Amino acid sequence: MRALDLRNVRFRYRGSEAAALDNVSLEVEKGEFVTLLGSNGSGKSTICMLSNGLIPHALPGDLQGKTEIFGFDVKEHSVAEFSTKVGIVFQEPESQLFCMSVEEEVAFGPENLAVPREELRERVEWALELVGMKGYNDRSPFSLSGGQKQRVAIAAALSMRPAMLVLDEPAYALDPVGRVELYQVLIELKEQHGMTVLLAECDSEEAAKYSDKVALMKDGRVVSFGKPRDVLGDPERLRSLGIMPPQVSEVSALLKERLDGSYFSFISVDEAERSINEMFTNRKRGSKP
Amino acid sequence: MIPRVPPSANQDKIISVHGVKFVYNGGVQALAGIDIDIRRGDYLAIVGGNGSGKTTLAKNMNGLLRPTNGSVTINGVSTSEQTVAELAKVIGYAFQNPDHQLFCSSVVEEVRFGPLNLGYPEAEVAKKTEMSIEAMGLSSVKDQPPFSLTLGERRRVSIASVMAMDPQVFILDEPTTGLDARETDDLMEGVDRLNLDGRTVVLITHDMKLVAKHAKRVVVMSEGRIVLDSDPRGVFTDLELLLRSKLIPPPVAQLAHRLSSLGVPRDVISPEELVFHLMSGRGALE
Repeated sequence: MRALDLRNVRFRYRGSEAAALDNVSLEVEKGEFVTLLGSNGSGKSTICMLSNGLIPHALPGDLQGKTEIFGFDVKEHSVAEFSTKVGIVFQEPESQLFCMSVEEEVAFGPENLAVPREELRERVEWALELVGMKGYNDRSPFSLSGGQKQRVAIAAALSMRPAMLVLDEPAYALDPVGRVELYQVLIELKEQHGMTVLLAECDSEEAAKYSDKVALMKDGRVVSFGKPRDVLGDPERLRSLGIMPPQVSEVSALLKERLDGSYFSFISVDEAERSINEMFTNRKRGSKP
Repeated sequence: MIPRVPPSANQDKIISVHGVKFVYNGGVQALAGIDIDIRRGDYLAIVGGNGSGKTTLAKNMNGLLRPTNGSVTINGVSTSEQTVAELAKVIGYAFQNPDHQLFCSSVVEEVRFGPLNLGYPEAEVAKKTEMSIEAMGLSSVKDQPPFSLTLGERRRVSIASVMAMDPQVFILDEPTTGLDARETDDLMEGVDRLNLDGRTVVLITHDMKLVAKHAKRVVVMSEGRIVLDSDPRGVFTDLELLLRSKLIPPPVAQLAHRLSSLGVPRDVISPEELVFHLMSGRGALE
């Protein structure tokens, strides 16, 4: 059983002529970190909303093919049923924060499930600790920085104890350090708690660094799906899909052009450092008579 | 009497910010003492973490906010002696969220609104409108309502409507947030052209790749102060200072730092440069 299993899925929003998803097949295994990468309008958000049943239950339209979430058919179960399996976090934390205090915000979901008081408290503390917001219980969510708000939104999803977290461009308004902190929270959730993470992004830098797999999307289709190094290594192709390539992959492509052969194929700074050092130090040694 | 600064000293300064502090109602101090001169033709990026005071500084430059202490002068005249409308002729400001400034029923109407309000004759309004729409690549959607457009297009409409007022300075607040690669390239092409045409551009952003590629001068803000004012090369060499300011250099600059033993200088900011240095170092060894 997979966390998310899409088979030949087609979806058209009601009132729209174009297909938002056009024959998409995608498998997300339990415990994997998968990034959906694509330009605006490529279908990333539609997959996010399908993965917890918002589509087709809250956003109606014509849904075809098979969508299974932890083995349950999306058409046969309600958003409420999926809410304990899948937590969703949107682009703008403001759009989903509405309580007077951080604690109320994080307690809201499980409170609605009539979780007993003592357990509710435990869940809130657990979720706040995981996102690095312990002790912020009584603060107003609106007094927090953008990055902190986003982490409260994640804590609010976590307090439902989901097995999968779905995030739609969660870092888009954050400063660079805020982005790193957010991704560190996600990686810790995956590594320490076995959380499945499905994330939509426009920029490939973090996808290259943190994902187990990346799905490249274009016009409602998944055009590549695989390990980051297999799908993110060709900057030209990514640009043609409207995706910003990892910056060091451009170094890799330029070196490939200049130095015959396929010595260089890197997408992260760490890899680049290692392989450039190896290459140039060897050459230096080799070139001495 | 207010002492007059001799005109020559001010000649190429468009915006002069002097000892500016700003405190919001409720007591939050967003600017803690800012001094900066922006010169004609500058292509300046103001960078810094969320809440560092970037937007507050911008709004003090266009008169939307007036400093609590200190002064902001535009072409030698204090903003406190000018109305926002007067300032709008000199300083154009495109909001972070374009929907905060768009309200008309078509792109053309939207872009016409500014010059019409400034009292330009119809022929002039039409000319400025057309030029701005053209420059921002919006000709094919000019009769559509702005709200039917994509975020990238709406951002360009908001910049076109600023452009139509023909200001000397363009302040663009996070213009690429939420845009994908192609939308960003399209928009920045238009912005680069504005600067090439001699207009002063102030870009507020925390996208370091964007800064490295486009800006000619970078100001780093942290906790309401300017902590560094440099060219893009200089900015990315001080990792400590950047980190304290919630910023991280672009990946290529990070890589350059780690390859200094191969003769790569620490102030590299583009993939092309990095490869150039690697190859020339190698050439010298052989």
